[in-house]
Amino acid sequence: MEFRQHLTVVLRINGLDRQMRVDARTTLLDLLREHLALTGTKKGCNFGECGACTVHLNGRRVNSCLVLAASADGAEVTTIEGLAAAGKLHPVQQAFIDHDAFQCGFCTPGQVMSTVALIREGHTRSEAEIREWMSGNLCRCSSYPQIVAAVEAAIRVKEG
Amino acid sequence: MSIGEPFSRIDGPIKVTGTARYTADLRAANMLYGVLVTASIPAGKVTGIDKGGAMLEAGVVRVLTHEDMPRARTPIAGPPFAHSFLPLQDDQIRHEGQVVALVLAESLEAAEAGARKVQVRYAPTKATMPVALAWPEIDRAAEPPRNTGYFFLEPEFSKGDAVHNLAKAPKTVATVYSQPSRHHNPMETSAVLALWEGDALTVYDSTQHVFAVQRGLAALFGIPPASVRVISQHTGGAFGVKGLIGAHEALAAQAARIAGRPVRIALSRANMYSFLGYQPRIVQKMGLGADEKGILTGITHDVVNLATVTDDYIEAATEASKALYATPTMWLRQRAERANVAMPTAMRAPGEGPGMWALESAMDELAVDLGMDPLDLRLANYAETDPATGAPWSSKKLRDAYEEGARLFGWRDRPRFPWRDGDWIVGQGMASCLMGTFRFPSRAQVRLRRDGSAVVETGTQDIGTGVLTIFPQIAADVLGIPVSAIEFKMGDTTLPEAGPTYGSSSTMGVGAAVLAAAQDVRNRLARMANLSPAEVCMADGRIGRTGAAESFSVADILERAGESEIVGTGSFDPTKHGAGYSMRTFGAIFVEVGVDPELGLLRLRRAVGSYSVGRIVNPRTARAQLLGGIVWGWGMAAMEQSAFEPSLGRFLSKNLAGVAIPVNADIPSDITVHFVDEVDEKASPIGGKGIGELGATGVAAAVANAVFHATGKRIRDLPITPEKLIA
Repeated sequence: MEFRQHLTVVLRINGLDRQMRVDARTTLLDLLREHLALTGTKKGCNFGECGACTVHLNGRRVNSCLVLAASADGAEVTTIEGLAAAGKLHPVQQAFIDHDAFQCGFCTPGQVMSTVALIREGHTRSEAEIREWMSGNLCRCSSYPQIVAAVEAAIRVKEG
Repeated sequence: MSIGEPFSRIDGPIKVTGTARYTADLRAANMLYGVLVTASIPAGKVTGIDKGGAMLEAGVVRVLTHEDMPRARTPIAGPPFAHSFLPLQDDQIRHEGQVVALVLAESLEAAEAGARKVQVRYAPTKATMPVALAWPEIDRAAEPPRNTGYFFLEPEFSKGDAVHNLAKAPKTVATVYSQPSRHHNPMETSAVLALWEGDALTVYDSTQHVFAVQRGLAALFGIPPASVRVISQHTGGAFGVKGLIGAHEALAAQAARIAGRPVRIALSRANMYSFLGYQPRIVQKMGLGADEKGILTGITHDVVNLATVTDDYIEAATEASKALYATPTMWLRQRAERANVAMPTAMRAPGEGPGMWALESAMDELAVDLGMDPLDLRLANYAETDPATGAPWSSKKLRDAYEEGARLFGWRDRPRFPWRDGDWIVGQGMASCLMGTFRFPSRAQVRLRRDGSAVVETGTQDIGTGVLTIFPQIAADVLGIPVSAIEFKMGDTTLPEAGPTYGSSSTMGVGAAVLAAAQDVRNRLARMANLSPAEVCMADGRIGRTGAAESFSVADILERAGESEIVGTGSFDPTKHGAGYSMRTFGAIFVEVGVDPELGLLRLRRAVGSYSVGRIVNPRTARAQLLGGIVWGWGMAAMEQSAFEPSLGRFLSKNLAGVAIPVNADIPSDITVHFVDEVDEKASPIGGKGIGELGATGVAAAVANAVFHATGKRIRDLPITPEKLIA
C-alpha cells in the first residue's frame, strides 16, 4: 500500500459537502478546528480520555481526536454548530441552560453532542444508566447532577 | 430586585452552541503554531540540541532553544510568574518536564512532528527526589520555608503552650494524615496567542488574572504595561493552575517577537503535568488535647509539603487549625520538603482544603474516643471569636449551618450502627468546612444610556464561576432595569482594573466595585432630577424618592440634560471594609457512603452541604459552585492522585487515562446544597463572601469518617482506594 502525505477527502459536515486535501496525520478534530474554523468542538486531551471533542460520525458519537480525517472520507459529520436549526436551540441545548448544566462551558459542546446521541441510543432507562453512559464526558467544574437533570428534561421534551 | 434571584446563566446560549470563544479557538493572520519540547531528566544541564531533523520537517519555521532566546529585561523573581526562573534562559534543568525547546511551524501537524524530532542531549546530575511517605523521613527532610514570594503567611504560630497542654490532657489524638500530589485538570489546557504590532504586545490568554499577565510580560520585555494588552473572554476552567504566569505565556510572547509573526501555543495535556503547578504532596502531624468532656485544651499541627528546588510554595494547611475551634493553646508549623519537581501552586481549595482533611479527621477520632456525637464535639468547641487573634468575626452562622445541615441530612436520627444494603455496608460521617477570605482591590464602570440599557465594564475573568451573570444582576438591581438590558464587558486590560479570579474573591471585590459604580450612576441621576441621592430608588427605567408615587423617566432626565448616557465609576478597597474583624466562610458537610468490603469499593450515596457564606447573589450559580466543590472533595477523598515515579523523576501518568478524576457515574444526584440566611456587610458591601473553594473543604474528612463508621477502618492516607479498604 502506498503512503501518501496528503489525501483528498469528501465529508458531509453539518449538511454541507466539503472536499478537502488533508495531511494524512490530521485528525477529524484538527480538521474541524484548524482547517474549517468549527471551533465549537473542543480539544481537552487529544487522546480520547475527556470527551470534549465529541461529534456525531454517521450518527454515532465519537471522540473526533481519535478519528483520522482521512479515515472519515465519505462520512457524515455533525458538530455542535450543526445542532441548532435556524437559530433555534435544540431541546438538549435548552435543557442544559434550564438546568444549569455547565459552568466554564468548555466540555459543554461535547456533553450536548453526547446527550443527543445518548437519547437516540436509548441509554436513558434510569438515572444510573444515564450517569454511566455520560461518563465518557468529563466535567471538571463538576456539574454532573445538573447534566443528569438536563438529560432527563430533554427526554421529557422528546416524549412530550 | 435582581440580587438573590436564581437567574439562568447569561452565557448559556453561547456556551451550549459552541460559539463562546476560548483562547485556542482564536487565530491571527500569518499565525505560527508553537509546540514545546520538555526535559526528560529531572536534574542536570542541556549539552546540545540537534534541530536538524525538526528543521527538515516541511512547515517547521524555527526551533527556539536557550541559545536563541533573548534574555529577560527584568530578572523574573516570583509572582506574578508561577516560577522564579524562566525556561530557555540558560542550560540548567531543575525538573523533569521543564521546557527545553519551542518548535514554530505553519501547521499544528508540522509543529508536533517537528517537536518529536528535536534531539536534546543532557548531562544529568543527581536529582533530589521526594522521600518515602512516612513521618520520620518526611520530618527529617523538611526545612523551614524560604520566602520566595509564594507564601504569604508566617510559617510558625503559637498561642500558649500547646505541647505542654497536650502532654497533660486526659484525652489526646496524635496522628499523621497524608495526601498525594494532585493536578487541577481543567478541561481546557492552558493556551495563549501572542502578537506584536511594533512595540505593542497583544496577548489572548487562558488566565485567571489578565492584569497580572500584563504586568509580568511588560516587565519581561522592559516595556510599559500600557503597551501590553491581555484579553481573556472565556477560560475553560482553571481552579488555580491559571492564576500565575506560566512558561508558555512568556515563551509565546518572546517567540512572536523573534519570529515577527503571531504565535499560538495550546498546551498538550501532558504539558499540564510537566511544568505547570499542582497541589503538592502534603503530610500533616496533628495533635489534639481535650478534657473528659471533649473541651479542647490544645491543638498542634505540623505540616510539610513538597516544593521545588528553586522556590517554596507553602501549602498553608495550618490555617484550618488557626481558625476553627476555640482552643486556649495552639502550635502550628509549616515546612517544605525540596526536590527536583515542578513548582506546586494553589489548587481548589488551598490551605484549608488539606488542613481540614487532617483537623476534621482528628476531631472524629477524638469524638470516637470520647463516645461523643461528632457534631456535639464540634459545637462544644465552637469559636465565638477568632481563636488565633481574639478578633470578632465579620459574620459567622456556623451554628445555624450545623443545625440546618443536620436536619436536612437526618443526622440526629441516624442509625448508630452501619447497615447492609446488598453488597454494601453503609456508613455516615460529617465534618466542618472552613475557608479563608481573600479580597482584592477592583474597579468598575457603569454607563446607563438614554434608552434604558446599560454597559458594565470591569477587567474580570470568566472561568465558569458565574460572574457573567451575577455582575449584571448587581447592576440591574441598583438601576431598576432588567438583566437583559445590560451588556457586560470584561476580560480585557483596557477596562477598569479588577482583581484576580482566584481565592473565592470576585463577588466581594469586583461585585462591590460594580455595585458602587451602579450606585454612582443612580446618585448622579438623582442630582440631575433634584432628588436626594440617599433617598432614591430606581425601577422600570424611572427614578423617584423611595416610597413616593412620583417618579421621573431616565430618558427624560437625560434628554433635558442633553446627555446620551450617565457614566458612574466604582471601586472596592479591602482596607476600607471590615478592619479589625476576622473573616472566614464556614459550613458543614454530611455524607453517606457505601463500602463493598469484598471488593474494597467506595461509593458516595448522598450528601448535604450547609454553608454560612453571607448573602447569595444568585442561588443557581452559587449551588453549582458549592456542588462542584463537594465533587472536588469526593475526588480528593476517593480517587485523585498524581502518582510520582522517583526512578524517572516524573509524574507517572501525564494524562487523564492514568489519573482518575470524578466522572458522572461517581456522583449521585442526591446532593443538597443549603445556605443559611446571612448578610456580611463588613466583608463587602455586597453582603456576601467567597464560595468557590469552601465546598471542597471538609469533604475528604467527612468521607473518611463515614468509612470509619461503616467499616471501623481509619484511613489516614488519601485517596481511599480499594487496597486500603480490603487490607
